Amino acid sequence: MSKPIIATASLAGCFGCHMSILDIDDRILQLIELVEFNKSPIDDIKTFTKQCDIGIIEGGCCNSENVEVLKEFRKHCKILISLGECAIMGGLPAMRNGIPVKECLEEAYLNGPTVGLNAEKVMPNDAELPMILDKVYPLHEIVKIDYYLPGCPPRADLIWAAVVALVTGDELNIPYELVKFD
Amino acid sequence: MSEIVKFTIDGKECQGKKGQLIVDAAADNGVYIPVLCHMRDLIPAGSCRICTTKVNGRYMAACTTPVDEGTVVENDTPELLDIRKAIVEMLFVEGNHFCPSCEKSGNCDLQALGYKYQMMAPRFPYAFERRELEASTPKIFLEKNRCIFCKRCVRVIKDDQGRSVFAFKGRGKTLQINIDKKLAANLSDEMAKKAMDICPVGAILRKEVGFVEPIGTKKYDHKPIGSDLKNIYQ
Ligand code: SF4
Repeated sequence: MSKPIIATASLAGCFGCHMSILDIDDRILQLIELVEFNKSPIDDIKTFTKQCDIGIIEGGCCNSENVEVLKEFRKHCKILISLGECAIMGGLPAMRNGIPVKECLEEAYLNGPTVGLNAEKVMPNDAELPMILDKVYPLHEIVKIDYYLPGCPPRADLIWAAVVALVTGDELNIPYELVKFD
Repeated sequence: MSEIVKFTIDGKECQGKKGQLIVDAAADNGVYIPVLCHMRDLIPAGSCRICTTKVNGRYMAACTTPVDEGTVVENDTPELLDIRKAIVEMLFVEGNHFCPSCEKSGNCDLQALGYKYQMMAPRFPYAFERRELEASTPKIFLEKNRCIFCKRCVRVIKDDQGRSVFAFKGRGKTLQINIDKKLAANLSDEMAKKAMDICPVGAILRKEVGFVEPIGTKKYDHKPIGSDLKNIYQ
C-alpha cells in the first residue's frame, strides 16, 4: 500500500505552527517512513502534483490569496485540519476585525508612528498584491474543516499524536495538558 | 437552625439546607456544577447559565434554584454537557477572546471550561464586535473585549461607602462593563487584586504587575476546572 500523502500551508499565520511540526524532533525520521509530503513549505513543493490524504493548514484567511489556497487545499485533500489558533479563530491577525480596513491601512501607512520612511504616503496598490479581506476569517467559516488542533502553537506532541492516529487508524487519547488555546 | 433536606444529583444521595442554592449544596456534597457568574454568599445573578441542570425534569440555573426535600437534579448527562459546551462557545464568539495574548490564559475560568468540554472550534460564527480598552485608571486595565457580563465585579468591588466601582451600561447588544474613574482612582492594591482574581476571564487586569505567574504554574495548566471544589469561588 502506498503511503498517505500530506500537504501543508501557512496562510495568515506566523509559521509558528510549522515550527511546532518540526518540534517533533527526531520523530521526523519516523514521519517520513509513515507518510509522503506533497505541496508544503517543508519540502518546498509549491503546487499540488497529486491528490492528498491530509491537508494541514496554519493561519486564517486575511486576503484573497489565502482564500484561493484554502479552496485549492479543500479540492486536493480528503481530510483538512485547522492547525492552531489563527486557523481556528483568526488569532492575533483577527485583532483588526472590529476595525474598518480603511482605518487599519491609514494607521499602517499614513498616520502611525512608524510611517516615516513612507514619505510620499502611498498605500500599497500594486495590481499583483492580493486584496485584503474586510476581516480575518477562521478557516471553517470558508470551507469545511474536518479536525481542529488548538494551541498557539499546538504542542508538537499533539500534532504528532493526531497525525499518527489518522494515519494508523488508532484511537486518539490526548492528555489534558496537550490541548491548550495558548 | 435551618432544616436539613435530602435530594439527589444524578442518583447520588445528598444533603443540604432547605433553601440552599443547588450549586452550593452540590459543592458541599463533592459534586461540581460549573459556574462563571456565581459566587457563594452573593446575591445570585443567574446571568451566564453555565450551571444549567435539570431540576425535577425542568431546565433550571442551579445558581438561582434552591434545594428542597426530594429534589431530583440531573447534572452530568450528555445533553446537559452539550448545552454547557454550546454556552461556552457562545461566550467565545460573542466577545473577542484571544487566548494567546491574554495574561489570564491558564487562570481563566471560561478557557478552562473550553478545555473541560473540549471545545475545538465554536459551532457559531464569530461576532468580532469592536470593543474598547479602558486604561485610564491608575490600578486597572478594563479589557471590555473579554467581559462576559457575569456581574461579579459589580457585585463585589465596592468602596468604603458601599458604592460599586464597576457598573453595566446599556442593554442587550450594547451592554458594556464600565469603571467609575473617580472611585477607581482610590482603589487599593488589595481591591485591584481582588477584582482581577474574581473576574472569571481576563477583562480586569492589574497594571504594573503583568505576567507574574509563569506558564506551567497557573490554575488550570495541569488539572481541569472543577478538580478542586474549594478553588471555584464557591
Ligand atoms: S469585567 Fe469580569 S467580573 Fe466584571 S462583569 Fe465582566 S467578566 Fe464579570
